[in-house]
Amino acid sequence: MKKIIPVLKIAPVIENVKKRSIVISEKTLEKTRYLNTFFTDTANFFLFISRTVKATFSRDFEFKEFFRQCFQIGYKSLPLVSVTGLIVGLVLTIQSRPALVNFGAVSMLPGMVAISLIREMGPVIIALICAGKIGSGMGAELGSMKVTEQIDAMEVSSTNPMRFLVVTRVLAATLMIPILVLYADGLGIFGSWIGANIKGDVAFTLFFSQAFGKIEFIDFLPAFVKTVFFGAVIGFVGCYKGYNAGRGTESVGLAANSAVVMASLLVIILDLIAAQITDML
Amino acid sequence: MNDSQIIEVKNLKIGFGDQNVLNDVSLRLLEGENLVVLGKSGSGKSVLIKCIVRLLKPDAGEINVLGKELNVLNRDELGELRKKIGFLFQSGALYDSMTVKQNLEFPLTRIKKDLTQKEIDNKILEVLENVGLTDTLNKMPSQLSGGMRKRVSLARTIVVDPLIMLYDEPTTGLDPVTSDEISSLINDVQKKYKTSSMIITHDIECARATANRIIMLHEGEIYKEGTLESFEKSTDILIKSFFK
Repeated sequence: MKKIIPVLKIAPVIENVKKRSIVISEKTLEKTRYLNTFFTDTANFFLFISRTVKATFSRDFEFKEFFRQCFQIGYKSLPLVSVTGLIVGLVLTIQSRPALVNFGAVSMLPGMVAISLIREMGPVIIALICAGKIGSGMGAELGSMKVTEQIDAMEVSSTNPMRFLVVTRVLAATLMIPILVLYADGLGIFGSWIGANIKGDVAFTLFFSQAFGKIEFIDFLPAFVKTVFFGAVIGFVGCYKGYNAGRGTESVGLAANSAVVMASLLVIILDLIAAQITDML
Repeated sequence: MNDSQIIEVKNLKIGFGDQNVLNDVSLRLLEGENLVVLGKSGSGKSVLIKCIVRLLKPDAGEINVLGKELNVLNRDELGELRKKIGFLFQSGALYDSMTVKQNLEFPLTRIKKDLTQKEIDNKILEVLENVGLTDTLNKMPSQLSGGMRKRVSLARTIVVDPLIMLYDEPTTGLDPVTSDEISSLINDVQKKYKTSSMIITHDIECARATANRIIMLHEGEIYKEGTLESFEKSTDILIKSFFK
């Protein structure tokens, strides 16, 4: 009995140590798995970008599909972008006007709204709206094409799906999103004029000349350049998520969802980088 | 049918993760024959033909198609070879955003670039006539039934005059009457276009209707190879479960 007692006392301790060591190793493994997935996904994304760039400069550019995508991304987004741009300008004016009236600086309203719209509000809000509409559309469309073997069918009929599906969509997004942002900026300033006239009386030409009088080239150029990057990012992410969707129907929804999340996040990160670079200029 | 081989697969091995799907599979497709690859779901049949068109890369083994070793081909050479292979997907894989005519134009305009629009239109009408669907020209795939989608998909495959036809479960999900129609279409295509075909199926009626030779896959390995007659007469339990 004397020999058995210590063993019984030690046994739970050993068991406890074993359990703790298992818990720790499982947690570590889980973290490692997350990190592994993150780095693999990041590497695959950059690889996808390099394949797309390579396919862009190969022969037989798909012009017809490119123009179809420009129509889909540009023209079909006009209603959403128009309403968003108009309301952003309107709300910005309604919210800022009382503060400016208190300081007796209401005459600065057009310039302030124009600068904030062109430099920040317009590009970021429209890019986020487009990340939702265009990014999810691309993710879902390419994802369902993958699930129903349409991408494989393209591959076996000697057509490079990267060139036909991805290059055209990425280029169309890169071209159309800056145009949509410029259009939304214009409508935003128009909305601001409507907002200014709710409680005041400002002539259309006076409002616009005051608005554009405050804008300099340095306000416009970085904002335009960043919208080009926003467009490219939305195109790349939407296509990447759709093109790499899994095999089940569930993966189509996942591809669309993760395309929106990743594109929105990257738009915000790019905006931060652009703000830092603009600040240095 | 003659003895010159169109496809030769040697010691093919492929797996996904820990699971071995094909293990040391070797087979040949002879010129002008209909080779049926039979097997239960999950036996690796679809994986086999996807390896033949290089949609999947095998872990080991050699695949020789029309005298060309797939392992050494670059992307352009593979593209050229694929122009000679027609692949009928299990789901049909018609492009949702295109009409039937655009679906057929898609491979034709990319593979036979020297055709005029009139020649393209004539060719499309000819193949649609062969599958009995000339009235669907301007319809979207969503407006077609399952059997019609399969037939349009077959028309899209034969529109480029391939030398080899690979059918992935051509009758799956279809009613017996439509399945028979697809099986006779497979035979018509073989006769009219002088193709050599590999038909992946677990539908025994389709195998009976189309096979010149049968290979049975089981758990990633070749279980038996022979004529339809030898399979029908076999006393093996697994084979008998198919040929009831």
